[in-house]
Amino acid sequence: MAIGIQTAAYLFASILFILSLGGLSSQESAKRGVFYGIIGMAIAILATVLGEGVAGQVYIIIAIAIASLIGLMLARKVEMTAMPQLVAILHSFVGLAAVLVGFGSYLDSRTHQLQGAAHIIHLVEVFIGIFIGAITFTGSIIAWGKLEGKIRSKALLYPGRHAVNIVLLVVCIVLGVLFAQQEGTGGLLYLSIMTAIASFIGVMLVMAIGGGDMPVVVSMLNSYSGWAASAAGFMLGNDLLIVTGALVGSSGAILSIHMCHAMNRSFFSVILGGFGNAPAKGEAKAIEGEVTALNHEEVAGLLKEAKSVVIVPGYGMAVAKAQYPIYDMVQTLQKAGKKVRFAIHPVAGRLPGHMNVLLAEANVPYDIVMEMDEINDDMPNTDVVMVIGANDVVNPSAQDDPASSIYGMPVIEAWKAEKVIIMKRSMSAGYSGEDNPLFYKPNSEMLYGDAKVSVEKIMSFLKS
Amino acid sequence: MKVGIPAEISPNELRVAATPKTVKRLQKQGFEVQIQKGAGLKANFSDKEFEEAGAKIVGTAAEIYSQSDIVLKVKEPSVEEVALMREGLVMLSYLWPAQNQELLKLLADKKVNAVAMDAIPRISRAQKMDVLSSMANIAGYRAVIEGSYHFGRFLNGQITAAGKVEPAKVLVIGAGVAGLAAIGAANSLGAIVRAFDTRKEVAEQIESMGAQFLTIEIEEDGATSSGYSKEMSKEFIEAEMKLFLEQAKECDIVITTAQIPGRPAPKLWMDYHVAAMKPGSVIVDLAASTGGNCALTKNGEVYTTDNGVTMVGKLNQLPSQASQLYGNNLCHLLDDMGKAEKWKIDMEDAVVSRAMVTYNGKINWPPAPLPVSPTAGGKVKVVPPTAEELKLSDAVKSKKAATSMVIQLGVVGALLFFVGRFAPPEFIQHFTVFVLAVFVGWQLISNVAHSLHTPLMAVTNAISGIIVVGGLLQTTDDIKSPMTILAFIAILVASINIVGGFMVTHRMLKMFKK
Repeated sequence: MAIGIQTAAYLFASILFILSLGGLSSQESAKRGVFYGIIGMAIAILATVLGEGVAGQVYIIIAIAIASLIGLMLARKVEMTAMPQLVAILHSFVGLAAVLVGFGSYLDSRTHQLQGAAHIIHLVEVFIGIFIGAITFTGSIIAWGKLEGKIRSKALLYPGRHAVNIVLLVVCIVLGVLFAQQEGTGGLLYLSIMTAIASFIGVMLVMAIGGGDMPVVVSMLNSYSGWAASAAGFMLGNDLLIVTGALVGSSGAILSIHMCHAMNRSFFSVILGGFGNAPAKGEAKAIEGEVTALNHEEVAGLLKEAKSVVIVPGYGMAVAKAQYPIYDMVQTLQKAGKKVRFAIHPVAGRLPGHMNVLLAEANVPYDIVMEMDEINDDMPNTDVVMVIGANDVVNPSAQDDPASSIYGMPVIEAWKAEKVIIMKRSMSAGYSGEDNPLFYKPNSEMLYGDAKVSVEKIMSFLKS
Repeated sequence: MKVGIPAEISPNELRVAATPKTVKRLQKQGFEVQIQKGAGLKANFSDKEFEEAGAKIVGTAAEIYSQSDIVLKVKEPSVEEVALMREGLVMLSYLWPAQNQELLKLLADKKVNAVAMDAIPRISRAQKMDVLSSMANIAGYRAVIEGSYHFGRFLNGQITAAGKVEPAKVLVIGAGVAGLAAIGAANSLGAIVRAFDTRKEVAEQIESMGAQFLTIEIEEDGATSSGYSKEMSKEFIEAEMKLFLEQAKECDIVITTAQIPGRPAPKLWMDYHVAAMKPGSVIVDLAASTGGNCALTKNGEVYTTDNGVTMVGKLNQLPSQASQLYGNNLCHLLDDMGKAEKWKIDMEDAVVSRAMVTYNGKINWPPAPLPVSPTAGGKVKVVPPTAEELKLSDAVKSKKAATSMVIQLGVVGALLFFVGRFAPPEFIQHFTVFVLAVFVGWQLISNVAHSLHTPLMAVTNAISGIIVVGGLLQTTDDIKSPMTILAFIAILVASINIVGGFMVTHRMLKMFKK
């Protein structure tokens, strides 16, 4: 295939990728977006394989065939609640591929034919590409471990970690300078040491981020994987890689920033870790009132009397896989003529939009699933709010207690409703570790137990 | 600040603008309260109760009007009452500004700042001060009670040893607040309830209250941006009349609630409808005060027609309860206007600017239209800075922004110059592509729906598998060369990513449905 045609094919693939991301801006066009993405990817791979100077097609086909099987199995098998883990582990693959491509490029004999500035720039590209790739790789694996529950999700913080990180970074730069001066493949040792250090930085970076911030980490790693691809594009002189990587990188970055806004946190303090341990400003507000609990029958009674019900789901719903019985309950209530809606906080769950995906899995139509801003004004007119496995996102301290670590974060104003029912396994604090004064308000009632079991019990009373 | 409550002088007005409970609340808001002697008697509140609640009892209305900063009233003031008012007085009352242009002029000339409680815009935020809603709720309930009284039979159906009793059929015309309250009351008394409204959107509300929604097979929606209904086309009205005639033959109690703001009530129930009704039937016309929905209604009267249909043109207002709700509405408005401490007439505020029909000697009616929207209205505004302050701070801000812009652009320019000076042309070309792509990505994602973030991430993840191209370019025919082995693994993991990412996104999106 001539270079001209290949470039044109790459351009076409880039356009399709842009359309693909653009298509995901609304539910109606999202499926089309995925389709564009698939076509774009197919064109990109074909144009590359059929291009000049590509050999070893047999191995390529074998590799893709094996990978497709594994990919299909992964995608089929994964539970919607395990979505964050899957996304995280897939990011690590991109990181790994970027590292491998970087090393490959360094070993490539074509590299060493380059002279002067071009050679140095190429080596720097290789170096940076591997650096980003390695951080993405190990960071994603740690993120996966945390989400899967294999690694403690609490932020791991040690004194002087910022200093250590900076020292490591400086060491990497020094290694880079040494590496760029080597002829032939003499710099391989420097490159390997740097890869090891970058991998370590990746581990420490994600270890330092607490569980509540996981959604941001996942989208941040998403961004990194894009930059890694882009860096690979620079080292191979391939515009398609550069464009696509940059698209993914910048979209991941803006997504992370959006989410930080939703939690009212500085982007940098989240990616550098250590949020949640910020020194509290002043005395924490004393919580007044006492916690009262109801049983399932009483909750069912409240629901029968209510005209307008809002359900606020959180990670607890995902853990208990309660979305199916909840939707059954919603349908029962709707049949009885009640207005039932879901209120989703932007950072509920462990992945941006996590709750929406789970509810969609249970066939909940998306026009009764509201965003926080859409529903907060309506809270005073709501009879019953059911908080199912959510905690921090309904914490009134965020609005009235400057000493709270989540002060200033927009929250769902559940306490403004007539009655709030909080379904929870125990009285433990949320991910942020903050006590929740909502539980002590006179209009809130607790309902202890596993979300799924509780909802099923309520259903039996609703039907009787 | 002093709040004064005069006695209502109209003999038909039983309500009073404050109750002992709201007096307490006003004091909590920081107001001093004085009330005219005997003001609450008709609503069953004695002077003693008011005194115990902390109000000062004042002998005459003249004292109230001359010594108060804010006066709370129910019925629009008479010419004599306006004459007693002092300049700069704030008065909260029913005013019916559309019908009472003369009165507005009088008030404006007196420089009274009058708030028409009936002109509070119907937006979510203002619901708590919407007197039309709170009073309509009472009227709707009472319409059923009085209708049932004049009807003189059971409303619910019964099967007894002495024989079967048919349930009564109640028709409610107009499903606003009053209509819905009537439907609810009639339904809970056991009647079969039907309801008609020109606005299709209220069908759900009607059904939720337990009535059957009657409709006409003509595509026309009576909903308007004001939350009231508009007047309909001729064909529509003809079909409506026909429907009503059928209903007239069947229904025992008809409750009409249709009102058009600032206009006489529409005539919906004609003499031939009344003639078609069974003797003993009852018509309760809640629009009697604005001319009535029924052609035969006499405002303020209850009488029986020649064919034995009772026409109810007046209702007991439940004065104690109504006063309490009305008083609460007033308190809510005063709350919104800053209470005593931060009292302010904010003409920028969506509610105050529309309800304040005379302000500083000027008539402020009709108000700017306000589109109905569930999200309308924000918090009560903080005192806005003056125009000069704004100008000044704007100038400083834009100057600052300009300076930082120049610095930023300078830095970026210098960096680009540096890159261009030393890097080979090929690199610059790639770099151009890279920077532009970053901007495209940034713009694309800024408007992605929040609920789609997870699928978005899965798709970008799949797309970042494009790194497979790197592996593809590096494979050689020699499987033993380290480069090919590295490339092989890279292709493998990147392809897992591509296939897995796209598949799982597809799976997720399949589940999203409307």
